[in-house]
Amino acid sequence: MKFATPAGENPIDRLSVVGRPVPRIDGPRKVTGTARYAYERHDAVSNPAYGWIVGASIGRGRVVSIDTAAAQAAPGVLAVLSTLDFAPLAPGFRTTVHLFGGAQVQHYGQAIALVVADTFEEASAAAHLLTVEYEVAPGRYDLAAEAATAEPVADRDAPDYPVVDRIGDFEAAFAAAPVTVDQHYTTPDQTHAMMEPHATTAAWRDGKVTIWTSAQIVAWHRPDLAKWLGVTEGDVRLEAPFIGGGFGAKLIAQCDAPLAALGARAVGRPVKVTLQRPLVINNTTRRAGTHQHIRLGATRDGRLTAIGHVSLNGNLPGAFAEAAIAPTRLFYAAPNRYLTMKLAALDLAEGNDMRAPGEAPGLMALEIAMDELAEKLGMDPVALRIVNDTQVDPREPDRPFSERHFVECLRTGAERFGWDRRNPTPGAQSDGKWLIGMGMAGGFRLNLLLPSAARVRLEVDGGLTVETDMTDIGTGSYTILAQTAAEMMGVPLAAVTVRLGDSAYPVSAGSGGQFGANNATSGLYAACVKLREAVAARLGIDAADAEFRDGRVLSGDRSVALAEAVREGPLVAEDGITYGDLDEQFVQATFAAQFAEVAVDGFTGEMRVRRMLAVIDSGRVINPTTARSQVIGGMTMGVGAALMETLAVDVRHGTFITNDLGFYEVPVHGDIPHQEVVFLDYPDNKSSPMKAKGIGEIGLCGVAAAIANAVYNATGVRVRDYPITLDKHLAGLPRVA
Amino acid sequence: MLLPEWLLNRREFVAGAAASGALTTVPMVGPSPALAETAPTNAVRLDVNGEPHALTLDTRTTLLDTLREHLHLTGTKKGCDHGHCGACTVLVNGTRINACLSLAVMHDGDSVTTIEGLGTPDDMHEMQAAFVKHDGFQCGYCTPGQICSAVAVLAEVEQGVPSHVTGDLTAPMALSNIELRERMSGNICRCGAYSNIADAITEVAEARG
Ligand code: FES
Ligand code: FES
Repeated sequence: MKFATPAGENPIDRLSVVGRPVPRIDGPRKVTGTARYAYERHDAVSNPAYGWIVGASIGRGRVVSIDTAAAQAAPGVLAVLSTLDFAPLAPGFRTTVHLFGGAQVQHYGQAIALVVADTFEEASAAAHLLTVEYEVAPGRYDLAAEAATAEPVADRDAPDYPVVDRIGDFEAAFAAAPVTVDQHYTTPDQTHAMMEPHATTAAWRDGKVTIWTSAQIVAWHRPDLAKWLGVTEGDVRLEAPFIGGGFGAKLIAQCDAPLAALGARAVGRPVKVTLQRPLVINNTTRRAGTHQHIRLGATRDGRLTAIGHVSLNGNLPGAFAEAAIAPTRLFYAAPNRYLTMKLAALDLAEGNDMRAPGEAPGLMALEIAMDELAEKLGMDPVALRIVNDTQVDPREPDRPFSERHFVECLRTGAERFGWDRRNPTPGAQSDGKWLIGMGMAGGFRLNLLLPSAARVRLEVDGGLTVETDMTDIGTGSYTILAQTAAEMMGVPLAAVTVRLGDSAYPVSAGSGGQFGANNATSGLYAACVKLREAVAARLGIDAADAEFRDGRVLSGDRSVALAEAVREGPLVAEDGITYGDLDEQFVQATFAAQFAEVAVDGFTGEMRVRRMLAVIDSGRVINPTTARSQVIGGMTMGVGAALMETLAVDVRHGTFITNDLGFYEVPVHGDIPHQEVVFLDYPDNKSSPMKAKGIGEIGLCGVAAAIANAVYNATGVRVRDYPITLDKHLAGLPRVA
Repeated sequence: MLLPEWLLNRREFVAGAAASGALTTVPMVGPSPALAETAPTNAVRLDVNGEPHALTLDTRTTLLDTLREHLHLTGTKKGCDHGHCGACTVLVNGTRINACLSLAVMHDGDSVTTIEGLGTPDDMHEMQAAFVKHDGFQCGYCTPGQICSAVAVLAEVEQGVPSHVTGDLTAPMALSNIELRERMSGNICRCGAYSNIADAITEVAEARG
């Protein structure tokens, strides 16, 4: 089904199952420990051997030799795979890294060996017996030091924008503006820190391999794995029914998958491999840190006349730039604009996608700048954003937003949060020893349209089976796909079985870029339309005017049980959604207004988040329960970004020293108060037949800045260098009683 | 071999385990010590979820890997193997511990309860049911640890075990929001389900009165 014109009324609009807060259908399995993740496939694989990955302990250079003799002779060891015995695995989709093979070390922690043994303990112990000789080359590990070498660079995911994107005359408008902000902001490298480390079990049989792995997008893994293993795609079966989080880290294959398969081939036995937690951080990908220069010029009544946003970051040669300017392109009106990105070469683990790539770090800077502008104007920060709302693409005024209700997000949020109680004077509100502050920020993230397919089968018992290679990384895919099928076919939710994450099923959009829910349900919608036609044909009913409800098919005065259609055998339909140019005709995006209240210990500078609220405009909400979870998860990650998360680089050796969950701090229960989420109800008929949009990333967008602005409101000390740790404002805190 | 001068100057040998440990710059190249022929093993008796097990284990085997790899009880998760994340939380003789930080041989004769011992999909423990109701999880990977911790937290409060944030140690203990959050802070949820987890635990606590 090609979706090329805005959706009219369709069966989803009945909202008898879709749009309801039904609990996750996979919930009972997850809470009882019976959902099996990639390293846990005792049901499918017996007697696996265990692989232990060894990462390079230099930041850049060459492996000269690896003496494997002692490891090979160690008890239980079945094989040692040395990187020197393999040709480099060609970089896969969306990456520049050789995951294994060859002598070259591109970054610290790159895999250089796999030790395979009968047991986990034997593999781990033997790995420590390798003697590795390196030739160390000088590496570039410090973004500040490399800044002068940075070059302007295009946006990988939006290559049509000019590298230096100018509209109007930014310099003149900025110079003429009566009120300006001209500041620099930094965001650190971050790691996804999903709770399940990358993991793979691999088993060969007759030249074909089955790979149980933790993959967000099955179809982004399979071709690379086939290439690396020297087999056809048809010879690779990939299964990822449960994934312990990803946040971008599992979009593309990491070294565990090819190494498990290579190891299994070498020992003639299934092999399972997981990355040790420190390897997750140094071996895989990171969200690249940024240095951002933002200049805002405004009239005295708060209208932006000039926006300048220059973002610098660093990555491996040939890799992409973190598109921190992406939100600035579309968020606020301003006739004169100057946006560009610069990229320096850095020999650190590759910068790549992490939840809301571009938007998340961009808004961390832009939305502090807006707060600074509001203060200079003596204007309320909510009002400033309302004044600068735009309903069209600032660069192409003929291109409107499909739906944009950011102003309503702001107004609703201000009212619900009690924003009028905020004291606009920073450092002036206290509660005993605590300095109290409120802050807010806007959130913006594009809605992306990708093809997605599914198969749906009406079984003879009246049940429906949905199959698609879509994954559920915690997002609720199982549940919203079941809701979609139930709504389309007029059956109860309990009648639907959903099977996911298997490369034997039709190719979906997969989980990433907050594009999973809308596209995958739309692909299933298309398959269900076909199934409805097949059912109608069997029953001799005109599909066009048939209604599917309560397990029956209704047409005119006819009412036939759905089960009648499958008396002689099940009916199967397969289809997918593809898109026309509605995302070119219209800007499709999601919006948030984020509010936070913080308390800062007046003596120690310690920060506690007391209240949080997000008001979200993201089209139709397919399941308010799972959607809310996505948003509070984003808000929680935003607290981490604001107050604690940073990959500290040892610039001598090119390694992230905050390489575990003890040093890379993420929010814990004690850091997170009760969180409120409000969804506006604006189905977007230009997005898809579901009229839904992305939900998985907008919840993160703007959160860190809202907290930063709240901390400033509490203390009067403006910190522009994330994370905001107490050492950065302690000296400037106002006196408390 | 001819090398450019900068490379020669910086050339250094790094020896030893190249795994994730600290970078050693000691220029030491030589044969590594060999491991013993076979690793020592020990007999371990465990009661897991009411079932007795007699195992012979490599003494290096953690309680976590014993459960996951030997008994195939994979409900208990490995998020870090370092005692940082809480995904491996189980109850040993009624007390919650990080199973990754404990060797199986330390638990001879102990009674272990894992997530599988609390309930099944068709017959969930009240805490498991509350997590489903309040959507106290997303990916589900931290979830068994959260639930085991939550069950233990309620018991700790009942028994009057104080926490870091407990104010009056002589007053009857209540599970305030901050008590709950403090006690649960050893269980990381990167999906960020904390607010819902707190609602789930609170509901179970209140139902118990
Ligand atoms: S696996 Fe034990 S604390 Fe993380
Ligand atoms: S549910 Fe994914 S880490 Fe908690």
